[in-house]
Amino acid sequence: MASPAVAIAEPRIAPVIDLHDVRKVYRTGEIAVEALRGVSLAIDPGEFVAIMGPSGSGKSTLMHILGCLDVPTSGNYWLAGEDVSDMDEVELADVRNRRIGFVFQQFNLLPSMTALRNVELPLAYAGVHRDERRRRALEALDRVGLADRVTHRPGELSGGQQQRVAVARALVTDPAMILADEPTGNLDSAASEDVLRLFAEVHGQGRTVILITHEPDVADRAARIVKLRDGGIA
Amino acid sequence: MTWRDILASGWDAIRTHKLRSALTSLGILIGIAAVVLTVGLGQGAQQQVSKQLSALGGNLLIVTPGSSTTGGVRGGFGSASTLTTADAAALTSSTAAPDISAVAPILQSANQSLVSGANNWTTTVVGTSPDWDTVRGRSLAAGRFLTAADESSAAAVTVLAPDTATELFGPLDPVGQTVTINSVPFQVVGLLTSAGSDSTTNLDDQAIVPITTAAQRIVGGTSRTSVQSIYIKAASPSRLSGAYQEANAILQLRHSITAGSTTDYSISTQQAVVQTTSKVNNTLTTLLIGIAALSLLVGGIGVMNIMLVSVRERTREIGLRKALGGTPSMIRRQFLSEASMLGLTGGLLGVGLGIGAAISLRHLITNPVAISVPWILIAIVVAAVIGIGFGVYPAARAARLSPIEALRSE
Repeated sequence: MASPAVAIAEPRIAPVIDLHDVRKVYRTGEIAVEALRGVSLAIDPGEFVAIMGPSGSGKSTLMHILGCLDVPTSGNYWLAGEDVSDMDEVELADVRNRRIGFVFQQFNLLPSMTALRNVELPLAYAGVHRDERRRRALEALDRVGLADRVTHRPGELSGGQQQRVAVARALVTDPAMILADEPTGNLDSAASEDVLRLFAEVHGQGRTVILITHEPDVADRAARIVKLRDGGIA
Repeated sequence: MTWRDILASGWDAIRTHKLRSALTSLGILIGIAAVVLTVGLGQGAQQQVSKQLSALGGNLLIVTPGSSTTGGVRGGFGSASTLTTADAAALTSSTAAPDISAVAPILQSANQSLVSGANNWTTTVVGTSPDWDTVRGRSLAAGRFLTAADESSAAAVTVLAPDTATELFGPLDPVGQTVTINSVPFQVVGLLTSAGSDSTTNLDDQAIVPITTAAQRIVGGTSRTSVQSIYIKAASPSRLSGAYQEANAILQLRHSITAGSTTDYSISTQQAVVQTTSKVNNTLTTLLIGIAALSLLVGGIGVMNIMLVSVRERTREIGLRKALGGTPSMIRRQFLSEASMLGLTGGLLGVGLGIGAAISLRHLITNPVAISVPWILIAIVVAAVIGIGFGVYPAARAARLSPIEALRSE
């Protein structure tokens, strides 16, 4: 309990993620399940962190809160200096758009759109002008090595390539952190290796990367591993 | 997200499921086509009716003789004319009948042979007053109409309707020519413009002569002052009932009819006949529009159904869009635009089909079918509104989805 508090007390650069005694309780009728029991965690800009834990450890709940997809029942969460714990749906949507680049296990690309338009999508929600959108999306696709695949639709790309498009989509808004939820869970070992190398590269360029995984060898790529057990940091 | 992005994503969704979108639009299409066609038929009938009305001469009352009772012998209806030129003259009084603007007594004879050189033509000769053109709403293509001088002198002059003139003189200008009617040479002084036909007679085939001339030289008979009918034009459509009451009062007085006794004439309005026709048309139009509205309702439910399926199917997409920064209102707009496009596509195609059907119907049935631009625009707007209206609920459901639940769904 005391050690993370000490960490943030040190006079360093302000952390990009700062969780203070975050609790999450799910209520179904009479039964209340405490998924997170007072998690405090600070992640500095440019860190590469893996969050690990078996199923039921509160890993998904933490990912949802870190991703601003849900708000804590109690406690505080500062994301890049902004307190997001009490935000409403519309404010959260805006924070997700500006601050977070998601990468999902299922890629979650829209099948009817080309790679370019998939990458442009977060910029469209940000209200970026069309020409600017296109320029930045092309740049992001180039960065993940898919400059020659911009007009391909997801169905015409391999799993590894699809996940690279998703990474480009996460990078395009220049977010405070990349939040990857089991990004290799649907990939074979070669493609997994490929994607993990890409994350390392992205991290090397100074970005904050948070990997959520249950695979130890995936977590080993990160510079720091946070282990969850029974809704708390082990 | 600009409107362009929202519309593009709506169009994307429609294109992805071409057959499903086409079938959904079909519901709206049929409804809109039915509306366009129905309104077309209704307005066509309305136009025909008003054309007939103006062919008759607007604001028209017609006085016809009723049964006459002379010395205890009751003659049959119309057996002897109880109306006279003096009756007609009395109706023109501006003090007793301020709502009557013009009066035309009629004394006509059908099947008269008109001869001009080698040509002859059998038609109706109408004896009337110089006000006839005003009463019947006719105008002249050439020459002049009958004058008061023609009437008082019983001049042998005639004004021909266009078909009659063509039969007798071909392409020649009939004005100034001579035509022989009942062995009497008449000078043609004028030519009427075409007026089409009313329900029973061809208005473009007749010869008009002064009523005095008709009485003396064509119809003959014992009474030179009796007329077959009197046409009365009211000053305006709203004053028609006033004109009716004034005409009735004057004729009752002149014919010594007291309360309780039967009149020996009757006054009818052509409008009454026309109104019956339009009433039937209106009933039919209302019925058809009701059916069209019902089919639009069914079409709208189809849109709603498909939109609900679309929302269910694309739950993950909605979750993703929310994760990437889509607010509930942006998601709602996306699905509303999709629904309105389904409606609009159906509407545009429906209008196309409706116009096509209206044009082909013109060749199949005699009833005129109007193509009304304002109604077509209304129909297109209605189609889009139906799409939006029935898209509201599915779109609200999409907007309400929690991003976590949505991303988790298979």
